[in-house]
Amino acid sequence: MTTSAPDSNQAARDSGIPVILKKALISAFVALVLFLLMIGIRTEAGPTGQLIYWTRFGDLAAIVATVFGGSVIIEVLRQWLGPADTRQIVPPLVQNAFAVAGRLIAPALLIFTLLVPAIFYNQRYILDLSILVLTYVMLGWGLNVVVGLAGLLDLGYVAFYAVGAYSYALLATNFGLSFWVCLPLAGILASFWGVLLGFPVLRLRGDYLAIVTLAFGEIIRLVIINWQSLTGGPNGVSGIPRPTFFGIPLTPGDDGLAAKLGIEFSPTHRIVFLFYIILALALLTNWVTIRLRRLPIGRAWEALREDEVACRALGINTTTTKLTAFATGALFGGFAGAFFATRQGFISPESFTFQESALVLAIVVLGGMGSQLGVALAALAMIGGFELFRGLEQYRMLVFGMAMVLLMIWRPRGIIGHRAPTVYLKESQAISSDLVKEGHG
Amino acid sequence: MVYFAQQLINGLVLGSIYGLIAIGYTMVYGIVGMINFAHGDIFMIGGFIALISFLVLVSFGLTAIPVVLLIVLLVAMAITALYGWTVERIAYRPLRHSFRLAPMLSAIGMSFVLINFSQVAQGARVKPIPPIITGGYELAERNGFVVQLSNIQIVVVITTVVLLAVFTWLVARTRLGRDMRACEQDQTMAALLGVDVDRTISMTFVIGAALAAVAGMMYLLYYGLVDFFMGFVAGIKAFTAAVLGGIGSLPGAMLGGLLIGLIETFWSAYFSVEYKDVAAFSILIVVLIFLPTGLLGRPEVEKV
Repeated sequence: MTTSAPDSNQAARDSGIPVILKKALISAFVALVLFLLMIGIRTEAGPTGQLIYWTRFGDLAAIVATVFGGSVIIEVLRQWLGPADTRQIVPPLVQNAFAVAGRLIAPALLIFTLLVPAIFYNQRYILDLSILVLTYVMLGWGLNVVVGLAGLLDLGYVAFYAVGAYSYALLATNFGLSFWVCLPLAGILASFWGVLLGFPVLRLRGDYLAIVTLAFGEIIRLVIINWQSLTGGPNGVSGIPRPTFFGIPLTPGDDGLAAKLGIEFSPTHRIVFLFYIILALALLTNWVTIRLRRLPIGRAWEALREDEVACRALGINTTTTKLTAFATGALFGGFAGAFFATRQGFISPESFTFQESALVLAIVVLGGMGSQLGVALAALAMIGGFELFRGLEQYRMLVFGMAMVLLMIWRPRGIIGHRAPTVYLKESQAISSDLVKEGHG
Repeated sequence: MVYFAQQLINGLVLGSIYGLIAIGYTMVYGIVGMINFAHGDIFMIGGFIALISFLVLVSFGLTAIPVVLLIVLLVAMAITALYGWTVERIAYRPLRHSFRLAPMLSAIGMSFVLINFSQVAQGARVKPIPPIITGGYELAERNGFVVQLSNIQIVVVITTVVLLAVFTWLVARTRLGRDMRACEQDQTMAALLGVDVDRTISMTFVIGAALAAVAGMMYLLYYGLVDFFMGFVAGIKAFTAAVLGGIGSLPGAMLGGLLIGLIETFWSAYFSVEYKDVAAFSILIVVLIFLPTGLLGRPEVEKV
């Protein structure tokens, strides 16, 4: 199946301009057939309801030409860089520099994040965007417990996010409970659903687990859409109250926080307040995760990720290990959901589609599954990248999908591509991801 | 009883479509052991290609409907098969020896690519076509309720049965089928004995995609519309069908498809239409928990 070291004949056959051109021509032909109908012809329902079509052969030609050119470039690069499995040796000096930078980047990032409201006080857009990024950082860290640490592929994480959001929205609008009372309740309820999902899927692993969690996420969303009397159906819940500062609302009135402190009211105060709430929640997630990793349960999660059978042989109770992973991940998802509801003031099932789950999962995977810093950087890159495509809404998910495929091919272990065990024997050693083969999913 | 008979017919037709998609899932899972998450979207692409080629042929002045439909079927199968081949080549083959979750994630990415590609290329609006195959038979009548068997339903079921027969023959009797079964059992050993594993896996994707294209076309003819998002839910249901029938088993996929179609139809008819997808997804969960090998599947032995 795999060929041994390529002899000179083989190398001669695989290189050279004719070969490159031949491969590129094949790619271009495949692209032509693929896109001839899908891009060359555009259909649309006409004014009378009858379908009409028009041709776009110019676009088709442009795409086929792009595929041809891209294919030539890739082939040239491939021959120039040599075989894919050639290991490039990084000089020790550079490695040291990376190590130092790696130690400094997390504190630097944290200090910068703390100062964001001060630096960008007048730039509402940046503040809103940072809140969004932090929400995804928190979701990423929450899912990281399930996927990154325990190795359970969860495609329905958004369900817990939804449970948290709807718990807060419904408790607040129906019973007038405050955000701070509802926050733990939302977390607990989401956690409860996590266990509820966890129980039936205990025996499943890998792909099956992924599909079942996906189905679970969709069931929750469909129930929210259809249970109109409780959730308002597709119209969602609106008028969700904003959080208060220890009971003092952040409003322009006399009993508002600004009036009590004797400063002039500004709507930015609330944004800054929300920013610090989500930052605190995210840091709580991070802190709890780091602490848990040092406890027996955290070690059991990592052991479970590496090899479930060995785990059982060593006497680890896989049932409780899996359930706590689900419950912990769901807890943070619920917190994030409650925050999302209070920030938006309005929630509807549209916010909790499978795409959200996939986005959070992509953040965890891009971040390197298990690396806290990697997840934070990945959330920043992903949400920031989405913002670049702001005007091109429909291309955004297309590029997202392509990026996910390319990422899996190029660096399946994410940006920070090594898995360092939390506990060591004698001396610390980081295991290169290339050397670690995954056990069962 | 009359109502029941009508629902039975509807369910069998819907189930045939699911079954055709499910075969693609089950074949790929059998041979590479991964869920081809993008398969539902291949089905959607098949529907689109059938729609576009139909429009073009009609506008060229071809009016003999059976001829047009036959050409559309062949075009849709060929082009969609190429989509299946390309997806495997780009997104799965480089990951054949990667860690276990990588192909799954790559497949999710591919699914997004296909969904949003059709949205960008063909617009977000639903594409309706007028009924192409009309007419039918009235089987029974009681209290003013008529049991109808329309021609399109007959076409769907016959096409499914014929294709199923052809592909069962393909897997059971041909060289390609033997290679496929060999790769399913042991890829390394098959390669040692001279089976081109890469080519066999490619062919599996090609066949699965061609069947999905047929399902897409049948869906188009039966419901009279396609849209870019139809592959997602249909894909999950077809996967449920594959699991219910026992993943890796061809007759199992068909049986599972029929059961899912029947369950969905009866659920809609007797309980609530709103929760029909919830019913299908719940079946998936229940089957995986209590009957992980499905109805006709072989138990998976866990090796260390």
